[in-house]
Amino acid sequence: MSSEKEPLFSAKNLKLITTPLGAQNPITIQVLGICSALAVTAKLEPAIVMGISVTFVTVFSNLVISLLRNTIPSRIRIIVQLVVVAALVIIVDQVLKAFAYEVSKQLSVFVGLIITNCIIMGRLEAFALGNKPWPSVLDGVGNGAGYGLILIIVAFFRELFGSGTLTLPGLGTLQIVPESWYIANGGFYSNNGFMILPPMALIVVGIYIWVQRSRNKDLIES
Amino acid sequence: MELVNIFVKSIFIDNMVFAYFLGMCSYLAVSKTVKTSFGLGIAVVFVLSITVPVDFLLNKYVLSEGSLAWLGDSFASVDLSFLSFIMFIAVIASMVQLVEMIVEKFAPALYSQLGIFLPLIAVNCAILGGSLFMQERGYETLGEATVFGVGSGIGWLLAIVGIAAIREKIKYSNVPAPLRGLGITFIVTGLMGIAFMSFMGIQL
Repeated sequence: MSSEKEPLFSAKNLKLITTPLGAQNPITIQVLGICSALAVTAKLEPAIVMGISVTFVTVFSNLVISLLRNTIPSRIRIIVQLVVVAALVIIVDQVLKAFAYEVSKQLSVFVGLIITNCIIMGRLEAFALGNKPWPSVLDGVGNGAGYGLILIIVAFFRELFGSGTLTLPGLGTLQIVPESWYIANGGFYSNNGFMILPPMALIVVGIYIWVQRSRNKDLIES
Repeated sequence: MELVNIFVKSIFIDNMVFAYFLGMCSYLAVSKTVKTSFGLGIAVVFVLSITVPVDFLLNKYVLSEGSLAWLGDSFASVDLSFLSFIMFIAVIASMVQLVEMIVEKFAPALYSQLGIFLPLIAVNCAILGGSLFMQERGYETLGEATVFGVGSGIGWLLAIVGIAAIREKIKYSNVPAPLRGLGITFIVTGLMGIAFMSFMGIQL
């Protein structure tokens, strides 16, 4: 790191963080890491926790692999990567079990599935194996945040329309739609239970892709 | 009867793709033609039906709390369950390698059909997901675990062949430009998921 001439947050390095949020988003453009992304988005809180966990794992696995990149023989690199990632995921799992047991129960197997999350392997293969540690860390932050961003957007809409609430870590469940609007209380409103069901996550992401690509024509597939 | 129930449930109700979104990466990337997606689906069934029983035995006799009792009384309270992720992924990676070598030796025709898909499967979330669900739902016998593994694999195969067939046809329709490719695939998968939800609650 110290041998770098450029400042730590040069324009080039900042770009590593910002492009994965939009034009190179891991979920909607690179099509990585969808596996675990959608199942945890019925409520906002698990989505936020999942985004933070994945960011943690991408940052540190990128850092470790980038530090080791000249010593790993390329034939066994997949196994080395899997071991590093699995060790980091075990740390995340144990920390969640200790400090956020309820969320850890909701996430169930999806914490373990971070190991096979394609974002992590994809960024390790595509970036960390060929770059210095500091840019790799930034790349990890950017991709983890790009993943978390989609999760939070999807979870926000699903929970708001599906339950009329938003669950934030530390604040508990907040009722957003006023109680007096509900039909049971003499109002006109009823929750759309459909949004809670798994298939709606796919459709919400599909609509997000639609909006994103109609705003940015370069991304349209032929 | 219990086995048939688990089998049907793992194919239709707890479908890996539609209910848990597992294996979505390869599901989206390889579903352009029916032929290749069928090859990948078969490979997934194959690997799941081997790794889930192996991980079941590992979980029952090595990893879960008190499971080392067969080594002697001093091991009776050992709980290694925090190691399960790393053990499962190691089993999967080595099983995939082993299966690849065996298939190459004894069934060259199948090997050339599966081709590059076999090594890719090691990082398919559906495979690790199968083992983790097996552990979480606490299946009690080897038979239940095996049936669950085979069933989840067949469910995944059904899903990927279905979407590939739809994508082959959708090429001829006039989809709005921003939705083409990935977007419409997501929405169609969502609609297929809604259709599969009609199986919910089936008990045999």
